[in-house]
Amino acid sequence: MSDTEIKNYNINFGPQHPAAHGVLRMVLEMDGEVIDRADPHIGLLHRGTEKLIEYKSYLQSVPYFDRLDYVAPQNQEHAFALGVEKLLGLEVPPRGQYIRVLYAEIGRILNHILNVASYAMDVGAMTPMLWAFEHREILMEFCERVCGARLHMAYFRPGGVAFDMPPGLAEDIDEWARDFPAFIDDLETLLTENRIFKQRTVDIGVVSAEQAFDWGFSGPNIRASGIAWDLRRAQPYDVYNAMEFDIPVGKHGDCYDRYLIRMIEMRESAKIIRQCLEMMPGGPVKVDDRKIAPPSRSDMKQSMEALIHHFKLYTEGYHVPAGETYTAVEAPKGEFAVYLVSDGSNKPYRCKIRAPGFAHLQAIEMMSKGHMLADVVAVIGSIDVVFGEIDR
Amino acid sequence: MDVALQDLGSLIEAANTDSVTSVSVSGGELVVEANRESVVALLTYLRDDVNCQFKLLMDLCGVDFPEDEFRFEVVYNLLSLTQNHRVRVKVRTNEDEPVPTVTGVFSTAGWFEREAWDLYGIYFSGNPDLRRILTDYGFEGHPLRKDFPLTGYVEVRYDDEKKRVVYEPVKLTQEFRTFDFMSPWEGVQAQLPGDEKAVDGSDGDPA
Repeated sequence: MSDTEIKNYNINFGPQHPAAHGVLRMVLEMDGEVIDRADPHIGLLHRGTEKLIEYKSYLQSVPYFDRLDYVAPQNQEHAFALGVEKLLGLEVPPRGQYIRVLYAEIGRILNHILNVASYAMDVGAMTPMLWAFEHREILMEFCERVCGARLHMAYFRPGGVAFDMPPGLAEDIDEWARDFPAFIDDLETLLTENRIFKQRTVDIGVVSAEQAFDWGFSGPNIRASGIAWDLRRAQPYDVYNAMEFDIPVGKHGDCYDRYLIRMIEMRESAKIIRQCLEMMPGGPVKVDDRKIAPPSRSDMKQSMEALIHHFKLYTEGYHVPAGETYTAVEAPKGEFAVYLVSDGSNKPYRCKIRAPGFAHLQAIEMMSKGHMLADVVAVIGSIDVVFGEIDR
Repeated sequence: MDVALQDLGSLIEAANTDSVTSVSVSGGELVVEANRESVVALLTYLRDDVNCQFKLLMDLCGVDFPEDEFRFEVVYNLLSLTQNHRVRVKVRTNEDEPVPTVTGVFSTAGWFEREAWDLYGIYFSGNPDLRRILTDYGFEGHPLRKDFPLTGYVEVRYDDEKKRVVYEPVKLTQEFRTFDFMSPWEGVQAQLPGDEKAVDGSDGDPA
């Protein structure tokens, strides 16, 4: 019997593959059906956000953050707003903080709902996608009602939020949040004990706690590896320290645990939403400083001062004292941070965006080595990547 | 919080006297400046020391200060879960001086170093895979440097005759406009805009 030489071959996965979650191009070196090496090529959605921000005033930079992780835009704005407020030394009025937390949690549900549903579709379940998008639609309507945009909100601005909530919105969100856990129950009947779903996810892409540290994991992915770490609890910002919620922690660090964590987090987010609405005080939603926040429209019709302030704010913007800050928030995908360097002018000198997906995607080789080709799809789905934030 | 960070800062400085050049706490954030040669030892210390335990490298990025001798600053943001602290380590370098890679300390540094190489041209010696990461295949230059124009040098379009994508020098229908918002009354510039023309003349007297 003669030895036959078997050659490894390469597969190009993406960038136009629906399971590549956007524009991931991955060069896979295969040994038969088993992954030997995975080399993700990213940057196909690189728009030079950081460079553009260096040429824009602080207020003009806000919409760029929506376009990073476009699945949960408000959470990115939150990091930028907090960073700029830190450099300016501002304290946002309580109502503004509550509205931000409320919408940050809506963003978290928006993100998890899409991730869980599209992840389920990656591993073969069609129905969750159809069910989940109904709720995404409702949530995006809440976003639209508060700021006029369904997706790219530009709502969290340095100094508070852009507008107050219109009357009736709080009641509608509360009603929705009351019914939402029942929907999660329904969704769980489709997936959690589903035999096929478990076969595709249990013990796939296992990440130990040590590996999670080494690869810079954060958010649901590090919690699935058994580390109880949540920035909302450990380093609370805005009014998160007034909220009561549980932090789910996984045991195995596999794809299935990451799914479970996200499901539980959605329930917790609904709890936070209801607490926010219950405790929300009245009052202003942005700082009362005309050098930072614009005057109301009616003031502008009456007062010359207000008109001048408005004009200056939307042309020159405000100058931020020189300094630097690394401000992080618990975005739905993990630690989203902004490293902001200010030189005292009206534009950021440097604005580094730390996207959680960038670190997570890097670990894909470690996670998928030795698995089958089809498991790579499950791993990509479970670490929750969106290319807007990875490529920036 | 600030006191605890001060203590931690002086602890780090005492243990690494030869590598740390300065320690400061500003705005509740601990900043450690160090020599670039000893960054691997310093980060290993920060990761493994029981009082530090900065086990997560959250971010690594470059910053460009073109007027300085060592124009690039490489910034490492570390996080300790057990101490619930963050620390920022900064080293300086320029186009020619390599920074030792920290991929041996934190595997996650690999892509972040690739990104800093791609966008700034900071060379990390020892990085096993220092390719470009975010820019196009075959891209030239380092776009986040301050002397790289915002509009870039080339643009891409699909050529219907050649049936492929072609690269051409960038053509702008309108000149890129950038406005100087420095107020002449608040003294950011000592010289008022327009006054520089008067310096070359006899004494600026129109008569």
